[in-house]
Amino acid sequence: MPNLDHDFHHDDFDFAHEEGAKLIDRTYSATSYAKDVWNNFKKNKGALIGIVIIIFIIFMAIVGPGMNDFTYKQIHGGQECLVPRVPGLEKLGIFDGYHNGKDQYAEQDAKDVYYWFGSDTQGRDIWTRVWSGTRVSLIIALAAVVIDIVIGMVYGLVSGFFGGMIDSIMQRFAEILNGIPTLVIVTLLGMVLPAGIVSIIFALMLTGWIGMERIARAQVLKVKEQEFVLSSRTLGAGKFRIIFSEILPNIMGQVIVTSMFSIPNAIFLEAYLSFLGLGVPAPMASLGSLVSDGYKSMTTFPHILIIPVIVMAVLMLCFNLFADGLRDAFDPKMLNK
Amino acid sequence: MKKYILQRVLISLATLFVILLVLFILMDLMPGTPFNDEKLTQAQKDLLYAKYGLDKPVLTRFFLYCKNMLKGDLGVSYAINKNFAVSGMVKDRLGISIAVGAMAMTIGTIAGLLLGILAALNHNSWIDNLCSAISVFGVSIPSYVCALLLCYFIAYRLNWLPILYNVEQPFISLILPAVALSVSPTANIARFTRSEMIDVMNSDYILLVESKGVKDWKMIIGHVLRNTLIPVITVMGPILVNLLTGSSVIEKIFGIPGIGRLMITAIQENDYNVTIACAFVYSLMYIVTMLFVDILYGVIDPRIRIAKEED
Repeated sequence: MPNLDHDFHHDDFDFAHEEGAKLIDRTYSATSYAKDVWNNFKKNKGALIGIVIIIFIIFMAIVGPGMNDFTYKQIHGGQECLVPRVPGLEKLGIFDGYHNGKDQYAEQDAKDVYYWFGSDTQGRDIWTRVWSGTRVSLIIALAAVVIDIVIGMVYGLVSGFFGGMIDSIMQRFAEILNGIPTLVIVTLLGMVLPAGIVSIIFALMLTGWIGMERIARAQVLKVKEQEFVLSSRTLGAGKFRIIFSEILPNIMGQVIVTSMFSIPNAIFLEAYLSFLGLGVPAPMASLGSLVSDGYKSMTTFPHILIIPVIVMAVLMLCFNLFADGLRDAFDPKMLNK
Repeated sequence: MKKYILQRVLISLATLFVILLVLFILMDLMPGTPFNDEKLTQAQKDLLYAKYGLDKPVLTRFFLYCKNMLKGDLGVSYAINKNFAVSGMVKDRLGISIAVGAMAMTIGTIAGLLLGILAALNHNSWIDNLCSAISVFGVSIPSYVCALLLCYFIAYRLNWLPILYNVEQPFISLILPAVALSVSPTANIARFTRSEMIDVMNSDYILLVESKGVKDWKMIIGHVLRNTLIPVITVMGPILVNLLTGSSVIEKIFGIPGIGRLMITAIQENDYNVTIACAFVYSLMYIVTMLFVDILYGVIDPRIRIAKEED
């Protein structure tokens, strides 16, 4: 407890003198919103690592399948289930083509052949298959984002902006659609439609946009009563001008973040469908179909399973880290949590 | 409040009705028939169709099915267990699926709460970072990848637990599937608990409690946790719903005779009644969960209730 019984004397205090002290008014240059977001994003190490790995995986998905002489459907009789062998690394005792102490490549009479990720049960090169499978999974993910933005955002914008009867009807409709479990509808559509990327995308399209629609609507409701919208309306702007050039830019941050979170979800659903045997048709590969193929020979040749599992897990992890970082960057309140 | 609940229930019923209709139409569009025996002639097939009432138009069948369903009759199986009542088949398998789901949810809730509370109490320390890392991994990695890894390392390599479901030791064989399934609830609950708890701890009323001199642990249990748990309860619904999606793949990997696997077999064999019943049970669980969560939201958070009533 400090001593409060204290008498002040007249010489306890001095007058403040401005002796040569200059008043410095610090000014900061104005930063744009986009730059703010980027600055916040840069501070998040996880998100940066995420985006770097995503770019690397996209790059590999584009050039990877062309990096050796194999194609994704070429079957090499007699070279089944080879374990990975990489030139250079084989001297270090890893990736040297030995399985249970035997040189598989010598046994299969394939001394000059290198399967960087090994070969699968039908003698196909896993390296090529993994990267072309990643390509398929990424295409599905991209489609999911486009669907999310095109259908979900527009639906939410219209529903939130017009309100009243239109909003009520649109919301009830979305609620009913949302009540159908994705699992059920996707499985059944997988059966009805011919197998292929288009069918998977269509199945995703049916219910995938509802999360985005809700977020977009909530954001519109928040923004539409603000003064700048009112002023724009007073100046005679039409409804569509207000929606697309006044409200949309203000909710874009949330929309982008939400669409990023739908990517891992789409990759997961594709993998789920493949696992049930409803994925892309046979010689084609996707990450999901590679995992479900590898699962069948998991106990004897684990590399067939482990490699696509690692690529898929890393991809999903990085998209999650990236989306997390993006969300924090758009909403600085979340930063220090 | 009554009006709000009534509205939710009506929407849920409408949804169920629509789902059933969609299921019927999709079944009708599905290629193939349930009677795949090559020895059957066209005339015999027609007879079978007539016997099971499959020759009638979709809508007639639909309303007949609805009428029977209200009496608890889900029709008979055409292909999997010939002429066996579907309601019995579903009942047998539902129990196992619910057991796995309940185990997973229990593990997930306990582990998630512990991780989240631990992280929030040690905010911005290495413990916090570790817990966050675990939860990011858990959110990102699909449950069946975890299942495959657990299967390979714990069941196959170490041989601690059985790989496949064993009818004689149901509990032991359900441990691995439940753990695999619990990864994503754990991560989600941990993340949510952590951010919610940090919010609560930084709030003015906790500052007031603290300045009144309430002891640390008493404050955390009596004031912080109570206010954290309310919102956490509301996210458990969606998490439970997500669990349903994961469970059918898990059932396939571990060979558990649950409802998800029954549905997949039924779809592959074109067994209409079984498929519809399974899909419907899934939808029912899903919708009841969502309805429950929505009403809970209204009860817990008066702001939502009022906003909805004004609509």
